[in-house]
Amino acid sequence: MSDHEYTPKSKVGKWFNDRLPLLTLANHLTDYPTPKNLNYWWTFGGILTFCLITQIITGIVLGMHYVAHADLAFQSVEHIMRDVNYGWLIRYVHANGASMFFLAVYIHIFRSLYYGSYKSPREVIWIIGMLIYFLMMATAFMGYVLPWGQMSFWGATVITNLFSAIPLVGESITNWLWGGYSVDNPTLTRFFSLHYLFPFLILGLVVLHIWALHVPGNNNPIGIDIKKPSKDTVPFHPYIVIKDAFALLIFLLIFAFFVFFSPNILGHADNYIEANPLVTPAHIVPEWYLLPFYAILRSVPDKLLGVIAMFAAIFVLVILPWLDTSKVRSTVFRPIYKQFYWFLVADVLILGYVGAMPAEGLYLLIARVATAYYFAHFLIILPFLGLKEKTTPLPLSITEPVMGGSADMAMARNNSGFKEKL
Amino acid sequence: MSDSEKKKPNRRDFIVTATTAAGAVGVGAVVWPLVDQMNPDASVKALASTEVDISAVEPGQSITVLWRGKPVFIKRRTKEEIASARAVDLSELKHPEKDEDRAKNPEWLVMLGVCTHLGCVPLTDKGDYGAWFCPCHGSHYDTSGRIRKGPAPTNMEVPKYEFVNSNTIKIG
Repeated sequence: MSDHEYTPKSKVGKWFNDRLPLLTLANHLTDYPTPKNLNYWWTFGGILTFCLITQIITGIVLGMHYVAHADLAFQSVEHIMRDVNYGWLIRYVHANGASMFFLAVYIHIFRSLYYGSYKSPREVIWIIGMLIYFLMMATAFMGYVLPWGQMSFWGATVITNLFSAIPLVGESITNWLWGGYSVDNPTLTRFFSLHYLFPFLILGLVVLHIWALHVPGNNNPIGIDIKKPSKDTVPFHPYIVIKDAFALLIFLLIFAFFVFFSPNILGHADNYIEANPLVTPAHIVPEWYLLPFYAILRSVPDKLLGVIAMFAAIFVLVILPWLDTSKVRSTVFRPIYKQFYWFLVADVLILGYVGAMPAEGLYLLIARVATAYYFAHFLIILPFLGLKEKTTPLPLSITEPVMGGSADMAMARNNSGFKEKL
Repeated sequence: MSDSEKKKPNRRDFIVTATTAAGAVGVGAVVWPLVDQMNPDASVKALASTEVDISAVEPGQSITVLWRGKPVFIKRRTKEEIASARAVDLSELKHPEKDEDRAKNPEWLVMLGVCTHLGCVPLTDKGDYGAWFCPCHGSHYDTSGRIRKGPAPTNMEVPKYEFVNSNTIKIG
């Protein structure tokens, strides 16, 4: 955080800023010292903000044409697609926007996992991030129910039935969630209401997420503490702004490809059939971004334990800052963790794949092994590896590896000075 | 102030406790309607029973009707199906229930067509027991609708029903 006092140049600006220091805030955001070695994996925060705003704007517009009623919802979505001016575009941006939002959030999360951005002093940023992620999943799930197609209806049935696994009160809770004895009109209307609310809760949490980020400042690819401002930092504007903008443009190319060339490839054909409570589609699959958790749910043969495992898979991420015992943040200096990191990436991808396949035979076996490994990574490997692993020497500053100095030099400095800091 | 004086409740402590208690009751009174409005409403509860004409159902055939938004299977079982349901040893069952208790009239099995795992509708005449199979997560049910294999925890639920006459069943 820049410590210098800011005074607006104009008289009006000064008058206003004395009463509401918005200009001080704007100045803080432009001058905000940022590590100069941030790579493109750091551009996803900006991309995610863009995604959230896009979803809110397109969502508000869709809400003007959509009818939240079990008898009319399906037709009103078709009405948006066929009759409303540019309705097809707005809906496809909103539907694919959800997928793009999750694509970006997964890259953002795995960036943090690689560079140790969840570690002290950034635990609160991480936890708020996980709350945002959880709300995103809830919002996306409820949004998927609104078109009232077959996948909407049966996806809603399966997910709300998760709560029936709770002993004693399970049935009362599901009836309370449904507003009836099955997923029906009362369920649809409340999902619409909450689907409209949650993005604004997410927006509020995003403000807290960024606020919490601006207290310690950004982590960076080598994960060392840096002095701010110093030779190791650049002001947010224009350096990071222009880099974020460039990355956003590339991201938009991919986004536009989906919207204009394959708008339905990430969805399910079954959702273009109106909801029918008498017929379950042969193969119920959630949206791609929920598949790893779905695979974990199905890999446990017991209903209650399956539900517990699924929620535990998310909770284990929340307490990650305390599971990873290593003091070294960046994976660059953790040769063994680096391998386990890529195992985890592969494991999550495998879980996603088997989550889309039928839960039987070899797929089920793979899902069980991958589920076991997922928990082993967080609960066994991370705590022990942090204590045992021999990390490579950390540079003193971001500038140092660029400005020369042999590995021995770095080692010598590391021994003399840096250890105390840790 | 000495310690003994501190611990003695005074009139201010009484006011604080009373205010907090009144506040808690007030918050509860406001929150409960906001929570309870989500429970099944009067119009949903009003649709509590359905009468079904079963005169056209042949032995071995099964029909599905909607009751409270949920499918109900009404199956007219064959002699073999009844026999296989009654022959099962209760110790083999995950959720032990006698077929005699599930189907009062052995020919007619009436139950919610809802898989007790996560609520999908099982397929009829499918699965390892030649009765019901849930395609969602692979639960197999026998000719009495009892869970035999797969993740579902309990047998398919038998709703409250009665034979109004030999051709009509009233569910609910």
